[in-house]
Amino acid sequence: MTGPELLKSLSRLLGSKIQSRIEFRHETTFTIQPEDLREVARFCRDELSFDYLIDISSVDNLGEEPRFEVVYELYSMTLAIHLRIKLAVSEEVCAVNTVSDIWPTADWHEREIYDMMGIRFNNHPDLRRILMWDGYPFFPLRKDFPLEGLPSEMPDVAFTSAAPMEGGPFVTQPSTATAKDREPRARRPEVSL
Amino acid sequence: MPQVAAYDSKVEGNVVFTQLDAAMNWMRKNSLWPMPMGLACCAIELMATAASRYDIARFGSEVMRFSPRQCDVMIVAGTVTYKMALAVKRIWEQMPEPKWCIAMGACASSGGMYRSYAVLQGIDQLIPVDVYVSGCPPRPEALLEGLMRLQKKIEGEQSFLAQKPQLVAELAPEIQKRSPMRVHVRGVATAPASKAT
Repeated sequence: MTGPELLKSLSRLLGSKIQSRIEFRHETTFTIQPEDLREVARFCRDELSFDYLIDISSVDNLGEEPRFEVVYELYSMTLAIHLRIKLAVSEEVCAVNTVSDIWPTADWHEREIYDMMGIRFNNHPDLRRILMWDGYPFFPLRKDFPLEGLPSEMPDVAFTSAAPMEGGPFVTQPSTATAKDREPRARRPEVSL
Repeated sequence: MPQVAAYDSKVEGNVVFTQLDAAMNWMRKNSLWPMPMGLACCAIELMATAASRYDIARFGSEVMRFSPRQCDVMIVAGTVTYKMALAVKRIWEQMPEPKWCIAMGACASSGGMYRSYAVLQGIDQLIPVDVYVSGCPPRPEALLEGLMRLQKKIEGEQSFLAQKPQLVAELAPEIQKRSPMRVHVRGVATAPASKAT
């Protein structure tokens, strides 16, 4: 079976596990239920030859329900095809089963998601923060975390304080508009005519 | 009686009279051993400064010591994250006095373009900085200019007084008594020689 054929038949092979399927510019994205993740992952690796987990990322859709999405990017070395698997995680649950025993590389990816977004991974062998230090109280990539940061103190380990957002080379517009309008921009030179 | 320097043809031309501070400062400024605190891309320019083309050895600073106990100047080259900040401070505290600090580049000076939750907004919030070098990253010439500014700064320091304040305080009246006209001990308020008869 060649790559494109496999992608075509994926819906049939995975059956009712797939909630939705999106084809966009030859990229295939499946949405599945969080509880089906391990079954689907194992099937993708063992039966469909998706032997390479490129990345796991997470999305914070603040204000929507369920709030978080976790995105798995798979690749098959033998067939040279990509597959994206998404699942939604609500803020109350905020946990997904680990796939680090299926793809060992998932270990650190999952730690990073836990560190930055606060989504926990059940049965992960070593779920510690990976970039920030143990004891840091926030999850900085969540949308409700301010760009300038929040003050925190961990004696003898590290501290943080809020960065100044005005008066520097970059300014932000406080607004409820989209992230594109809120992101920091270079200060406009003040020209007097 | 003050010692009289007798004429000796063997040492003629090998003796220089100077001030103690001047001599100490001259020795210090020309052998500034850096602690290379390379944390980001500025470290690449720091390495370029140390390499043969720019050759920081011309200024006596070629001895990059990775042991803080042997360092005189900490060159903070790069983005200081909060995770690294206390480690930098700890290494700074392990350096023996006298010590100086160069904040190399925008990030080390002010946080640079990183206005974020993860980056310390300037290493001067934790340790005293003597010279700030602008640039992102600064060219090797800029770092050398910063080093020369630091050398200029060291030239004017009251080294002996800073190093041995007690000894200076003890010696001052004695020196004052022996030669009240000639000796001026900088930084020490000495009572006028009252014993003068």
